[in-house]
Amino acid sequence: MDALTYDARGLVEVDGSAPGIAEIDGERAEFDARDLTTRKINAELRRLVYTEGVRDVTILNPGARHSLGVGILQRCKITFDGSLGYFGLGLIDGPEVHIKGRVGWSACENMMSGVVVVDGNAGSLTAAAIRGGDVLVRGRVGARTGIDQKGGTVIVLGDAGSMTGFMMQRGRQIILGDVGPGLGDSMYDGEFYIGGKVKALGVDCVPGEWTDADTEFIARKFAIYELGEPPPLQKFVCGKRLYNYDNLEPSERKLVL
Amino acid sequence: MCGIAGIISRNGERQIGAEMTAMLQSMKHRGPDSTGYALYGPATEDWVMRVKLADANTPRDYGFDDRMGRNKGEIERRLGQLGATVHSASHATGYACEVRFAYDGDLKALADRVEDVKGAEVLSLGHSLQIIKDLGDAESVSEQYNLGGLAGTHAIGHVRMATESDVDISGAHPYWAYPFSDIAVVHNGQLTNYHQWKRRLERSGHRFQSECDSEIIAVYLAEKMAAGSDLEDAMRQSLEELDGVFTYICVTGDSLGMAKDELAAKPLVLYEADDLVALASEEIAIRAVLDREIYTYDPFEGEVMVWTR
Repeated sequence: MDALTYDARGLVEVDGSAPGIAEIDGERAEFDARDLTTRKINAELRRLVYTEGVRDVTILNPGARHSLGVGILQRCKITFDGSLGYFGLGLIDGPEVHIKGRVGWSACENMMSGVVVVDGNAGSLTAAAIRGGDVLVRGRVGARTGIDQKGGTVIVLGDAGSMTGFMMQRGRQIILGDVGPGLGDSMYDGEFYIGGKVKALGVDCVPGEWTDADTEFIARKFAIYELGEPPPLQKFVCGKRLYNYDNLEPSERKLVL
Repeated sequence: MCGIAGIISRNGERQIGAEMTAMLQSMKHRGPDSTGYALYGPATEDWVMRVKLADANTPRDYGFDDRMGRNKGEIERRLGQLGATVHSASHATGYACEVRFAYDGDLKALADRVEDVKGAEVLSLGHSLQIIKDLGDAESVSEQYNLGGLAGTHAIGHVRMATESDVDISGAHPYWAYPFSDIAVVHNGQLTNYHQWKRRLERSGHRFQSECDSEIIAVYLAEKMAAGSDLEDAMRQSLEELDGVFTYICVTGDSLGMAKDELAAKPLVLYEADDLVALASEEIAIRAVLDREIYTYDPFEGEVMVWTR
């Protein structure tokens, strides 16, 4: 780790410069994050992607550190050879990311587009408020996966915790394992495809009618990620019993909608 | 926010003092106010009592050191009066001391008599449990109390960001389950029916030294266990009876357990292996002990797990 320096007021002096240690080979690059601070890892990643024109970055030894790979707004490939901590890959727009480990809480928060594949488990609040892109977790996820989801697809091969898809507004979730209580609680719209048992449905989440479009969608996603033959899935959607928009005054309606 | 950590060895002793320090130091950002340890060393014939005579931020007024010395002498005198044979008494800091003694009477009577000394609080009492807590980060507390060389079988720790009560040693975790020996708890979260339970437990004779909601968990569990429940049952009952958001870790002389509330609002990452179980609010804390890629997962809502050393 770099030694921290302090200014006259005793505050940490931020050195945001990239360490420049990556080995660049054409469009590919690789660097070891073991002895770098979080800031230095991100600075190096941004240097490679934005300044050096690298399109395939491998980061070794991320060491479960928080806030890695946040805010990358560029089509590129990023591979983390290990686990990430909390808040990994938030706000990304475009990258195709492979994590050869697990992620902590709030991975891919507010992701706009791109693909994130997690080989291990994920913590709570995975894919919170995503607007687009795909998040695939091969292990299990914690609570509140896709809370406030506004688009995109979340695919979980293992089990999911409580309040999955809480207040979801759009988008889809495919969960092959069991799901905890409160699935789709207070959801506005969107679809769930569940392979396992649902402990309890949330308020206003109801079983949905399966259509050909669903079959096509599931087959397409399973083909992309080479997940084999899709198992039987049950669909859940919003019951729309909590929709009260028609009761609003015209001025209120403007504010809400 | 707060950070909690636990480690239990399944094949003998480890350097738990140094390992818990590394775990807690890596989570310093979760709670810079105070750091606490509950460490289980080899069981001794003697009782080990950790007492603080004043808080870390008590004003150092005229004659402070003399008063601390006198109070320590008074505690030893009172132990003698109760029929205990004091074998050693040492100061780690001016205001915290460790007393080892032989005693076969009622623990509650002993703890109450010691706490009757002005400013005294029994932090822990047991045959192998030692609770050490003070203001500052893990490395400074470890250095102050010389925990680097402490070996043992299991430990829990806590870094605190004070939300519900003051920044002082009384408000720091872990909490000893007064007056039950060798039980301690660390907690991350808030209990919303704290006053209800505090009144209930006070009516059955327990004392509370702090305004901190976490203190009731330790006493609650110990009371359930005294009434015949095992640790796991007591923890399951707590999920029903305690309200709020919480993840807590409880330790006894030979086991360590975790419980997570129905909302799964507070994090916990778990690593299980044949020789070792480690759990913490963040994976980086576990990585501070096991510096390699490991398989970890987050327990789900309402889960209770217990491991025995």
